[in-house]
Amino acid sequence: MKIRTIKELLDARLIVGEEFLDKEVLYACGSDLMSDGLAFVKEQTVLLTGLNNPQVIRTAEMLDVSAIVFVRGKIPSSDIIQMALEREIVLLSTDLTLFEACGKLYEGGLRGR
Amino acid sequence: MTQNININNEDLIMVQIYEIEAGNFTLAGEAASNIKKLLKQLGIDAKIVRRVAIAAYEAEINMVIHSVGGTMKLEITPKEIVLKANDDGPGIEDVELAMQEGYSTATELARELGFGAGMGLPNIKRCSDKLHLQSQLGQGTYLEARFFL
Repeated sequence: MKIRTIKELLDARLIVGEEFLDKEVLYACGSDLMSDGLAFVKEQTVLLTGLNNPQVIRTAEMLDVSAIVFVRGKIPSSDIIQMALEREIVLLSTDLTLFEACGKLYEGGLRGR
Repeated sequence: MTQNININNEDLIMVQIYEIEAGNFTLAGEAASNIKKLLKQLGIDAKIVRRVAIAAYEAEINMVIHSVGGTMKLEITPKEIVLKANDDGPGIEDVELAMQEGYSTATELARELGFGAGMGLPNIKRCSDKLHLQSQLGQGTYLEARFFL
């Protein structure tokens, strides 16, 4: 699934990374626990989270995650956006809850593993 | 952060040493990030780079959360990549327990940032080909993870 499709399915706002919207992701992971993400996330995954701190970007960086969706309407601060920009990670923000956002992506065909 | 290329030992291609500051959650991950960039530049296989990066990040986070500070050393040889995390304390009371998934002694602050799920050490073990962990209460912890090339 293209990141662009994820943005549409979740009615999400693009925060940064417009040039990477056509990148393909194969899996999704929804978690507020970065430790779990580090243990289970595969490559080409979109990470959905309600956490909003620099360690989310760090975690995505280590895992080669190409897109992060902030749920419950969260908007990251400018230093977090800058970090994502430097690492070529797409940031999206949706008003949906983590459960709803994951549900929509699952319905759209994305799987966890 | 210091950098030196060891020319005495023929097997050693490169050694890097990173200082890890305790309690600094803003900087946490900087060493792992640098390690990842370096390995990528050296043309190491992407799958191995990812495993080393995850292990280095977990080890770094562990030091930031639990230790009073220390160093992380990266050694690269033609055959393997070795990660050596060495801190000055306070040490792990029960190493066997710390290796169990879900066991954690992390602070509330660390949990708020999404850590402290008790997955750090088990995850380092999963990512590496060989893990050696040595700790003494009141002294410090030494972690050595090896990744075969």
